[in-house]
Amino acid sequence: MSKSIRPDGRKVDEMREAKIELGVIPNANGSAKFTMGKTVAIAAVYGPRELHPRRNQIADKGLLRCNYDLMSFSVSERKRPGPSRRDKELSLVIANALSSLVFLDKFPKQVIDVFVEIPQADAGTRCAGICAASLALADAGIPMRGLTGSVSAGALGETVVIDLDKEEEDWEAGATDMPVTYCPKTNLITSLQLDGEISKKNFFNALELAIGKAKELTDMQEKALKENYKGGSEE
Amino acid sequence: MSEEKTIQERKVVIPGETLATGMEYLPGHGTHRVNEEIRASWLGLSEYNGSVIKVIPLKGAYIPREGDRVIGVIADVSYSSWDVNVFGPANAMLGIGDASRSYIELGEDLTRYYDIGDYIYAEVSKVSKSMFIKINMKDKMFRKLNTGLTVKISPVKVPRIIGKKGSMVNLLKEETGCTFIVGQNGIVWIKGETRQQELLALKAIKYVENNAHMSGLTDTMKEKIKEWKQNE
Amino acid sequence: MKEYIKLIGAEGLRIDGRKLDDYREVKIETGVSAKAEGSAIVSIGNSKVIAGVKMEVGEPFSDTPDEGGLMVGVEQALIASAKWEAGPPSDEMIEIARTVDRGIRESKMVDFTKLCVTKGELVWRILIDIYPLNYDGNIIDASSLAAVAALLNARFPKLDGKKVVYGEATDKKLPINKIPLTTTFVKIGDAVMVDPNDDEEELMDSRLSISTTGKDSINALQKSGPGGFTPDEVKDMIEKSFKIRKVLEKAVGVKSA
Repeated sequence: MSKSIRPDGRKVDEMREAKIELGVIPNANGSAKFTMGKTVAIAAVYGPRELHPRRNQIADKGLLRCNYDLMSFSVSERKRPGPSRRDKELSLVIANALSSLVFLDKFPKQVIDVFVEIPQADAGTRCAGICAASLALADAGIPMRGLTGSVSAGALGETVVIDLDKEEEDWEAGATDMPVTYCPKTNLITSLQLDGEISKKNFFNALELAIGKAKELTDMQEKALKENYKGGSEE
Repeated sequence: MSEEKTIQERKVVIPGETLATGMEYLPGHGTHRVNEEIRASWLGLSEYNGSVIKVIPLKGAYIPREGDRVIGVIADVSYSSWDVNVFGPANAMLGIGDASRSYIELGEDLTRYYDIGDYIYAEVSKVSKSMFIKINMKDKMFRKLNTGLTVKISPVKVPRIIGKKGSMVNLLKEETGCTFIVGQNGIVWIKGETRQQELLALKAIKYVENNAHMSGLTDTMKEKIKEWKQNE
Repeated sequence: MKEYIKLIGAEGLRIDGRKLDDYREVKIETGVSAKAEGSAIVSIGNSKVIAGVKMEVGEPFSDTPDEGGLMVGVEQALIASAKWEAGPPSDEMIEIARTVDRGIRESKMVDFTKLCVTKGELVWRILIDIYPLNYDGNIIDASSLAAVAALLNARFPKLDGKKVVYGEATDKKLPINKIPLTTTFVKIGDAVMVDPNDDEEELMDSRLSISTTGKDSINALQKSGPGGFTPDEVKDMIEKSFKIRKVLEKAVGVKSA
């Protein structure tokens, strides 16, 4: 294997640089900006609040909804504003990735709305969105089982890599992209998708790599949340 | 002395963080048990009271509990009840029989008592599992709040605004000359003799809210308010 | 109902008498629609779908001048279930449609370069539409299988210069490389079961669809539903899907890769 087969020189098991900023949407109950390399995701949480229309309310627990939006200028070729079918699918995938984290039985008939906006896309937008949402939910004080990490594993040819950027996704020789969301505290994989072709052995390696990195991402989130409240409790 | 010890034990914890292991510990407010571990359920300050561990939330929406005293706004008036916004997961209902110490007859124009937009001070008398909330104004302390200034703060900061045995709110009263009613739902009503006093009190409340996690805040507030008064 | 299903699931049993790893009977009938270039009806138990292939010619995309294309759509046909409502497709249906589309399109099942008539000018495009006829769970597997069967059944229509002569089929098969086949599992409580029926799919906590293209390659995955799978459960489902692939290959009439 050549020393750096990745276009930006990263090692095969190296994620892009991640940055976290909390409280970026002051009107929301909780919010965060999560940057992974050149991909930027902003998540805001509103709720719990009463769910309308009434007929969608669930009698014994709350609902977690997500709206994922890729902004028109976030990609090279302008995307027409408004939800595309991809946006709708990802909204559902993200909601499903987050639902089991939250103690929804504490919010009967209510809804927790998670808004994910992508102002800049360089692959891995749903993963960055889920990491941002995990932070935003915690920041909002929503009762949760734990934080969650999301990253795409994959393969460039036969080489298993972590966190593909856009250049790698578009690789001519063929790349396999596998976004994974994993919550260490519940030991559950809550999102798993694959696009491409991969052998069973490489798949299992890629999955393990992704799970390990997801743990790293939750550690990063923990650090950011605690640092946000520094200067008070330690005195 | 014991207050010092508890404050020292307070650490910022994240959801899912293990606070203790062992069946001798009990999961208090803001925690949950997974096998032998007691884990935090939300972002907050951990507190150990003997074997009960709880997490004081740093943020969070208002969750009404029976006995809470709240400040609400009349959202709608119907034949025999008022619909009241208590800034929580659902609006509360104030029934005609619970609205006042005096008897209100069916058929009376209810807007004569409380009209849309009026602020009222009431007590939560019932919260059902499906979030049906009833409030009550029968005691003489509950009333319509006519004049004065209302401000919304984060409900989890309310205990800080009140302080241990009322220490913070009493300090604010003394230093600003205002009367306060602090609703558990995060609505604070301020009434002073002058507009200046009321705005000073507002500034103080906001300061406490933003620095609630700091220790020694009561002493800090005393100094701060004196400072602000001097600079006026 | 859910509590009951969870209870018996813990004992390895299912509401319709199957065991957790039992796949329902698969029946495939091809060439069922005379106007389509290829077609098939697939039943998995009582879940029935019909797929039709239409082919057209047009200009290639500028970045792939020598490649044709393929698109798979799954419609929300109200005929299939009393539970579905009229209106734009639900997010769940969109997710299902996109999952089926990706499973076929991204598998390199069809060699797009062999769909080229004249480079830079004229290429074939394959459009597959799938309509559920009777819904009893597992639309994803039924749709994927129907798309594959319809593609295998399809023949190029006659091309007269730049115009397609519909109704006159050649006997030229489509350029097919490999066969993607999908296996779907759901998790209810702690039990993981394959090929969910209507009740099981409605009550599921999580769902995983796995598409394989041979005895050692996975080409698509989609996890759905609000719950989650442990890493061990995922590994187990992957292994099982390779076993089930053999059954599906037989049904669709292809030899094991």
